[in-house]
Amino acid sequence: MARTPTTHDPFNAVAEPKRRKVLEALGTQERSVNELVELLGWNQPSVSKHLGVLKQVGLVSERRVGRQRMYRVNAERLRPIYDWVAPFERIWNERFDRLDEVLKEMQKKEK
Amino acid sequence: MSKNKTSITAEPGKQELFITREFDASRELVFRAYTDPEIYAQWLGPNGLETWFEVFEPVSGGKYKFVQKDKDGNEFSFHGVTHEVLLNERIIGTFEFDGLPESGHVVLETTQFEALPGNRTRVSSQSVFRSVADRDGMVQSGMEHGVVEGYERLDDILEKLRK
Repeated sequence: MARTPTTHDPFNAVAEPKRRKVLEALGTQERSVNELVELLGWNQPSVSKHLGVLKQVGLVSERRVGRQRMYRVNAERLRPIYDWVAPFERIWNERFDRLDEVLKEMQKKEK
Repeated sequence: MSKNKTSITAEPGKQELFITREFDASRELVFRAYTDPEIYAQWLGPNGLETWFEVFEPVSGGKYKFVQKDKDGNEFSFHGVTHEVLLNERIIGTFEFDGLPESGHVVLETTQFEALPGNRTRVSSQSVFRSVADRDGMVQSGMEHGVVEGYERLDDILEKLRK
């Protein structure tokens, strides 16, 4: 069956704001669907739907604890998103490092 | 690299880009580094490119144009209008790269200067692009630049090794 882009690309999966909320909620600790429902204030089918997509792209992992399923963020799969912006970040780091030097010079002159 | 880390946020599917950085200098000084063309050109970069302003009017209703030249003599220019300059607080303006096949890929940039305790300053900028593709294209070209800069540094290292 042909997959829609959403179901295999982490970029598309996190393009939906609600799914980012789910990831944020799971960022600090492992949670069950019920905990997510309570925390996010959405209905259960909505939470489950978004969890399903996140699970499909591998951004979220699940494990069984008794009768419950617990969900957590699979940080390794977020890496492509980080990598995408990292070189751009480096350019800005270099630019601001130069500004640090310029500011130091300006401070010396003021004294 | 500095201990002050640059934070960049580009949420997928959005037209915005947020960049935040703190500096060990007063807000007045940082603001000057953004509004004095000679000082600005010293750090605007990127490394290895000569940068100068042909027009620079850091006042509300002003405009600017700066040019960058690489070591092969290729020139790239950028221009925009200054919508608002609020002394030591905020600069709002547009930004456009003149080297694109078609004009109009303009960015609206708001840069805020916030005084922090200990004579420090936080600079936060929001860039709003005309489309997600425009924003992602900018990030992508930044990536290419990063690679080029990496090679340039490698050139320098190799040069030194030869001596």
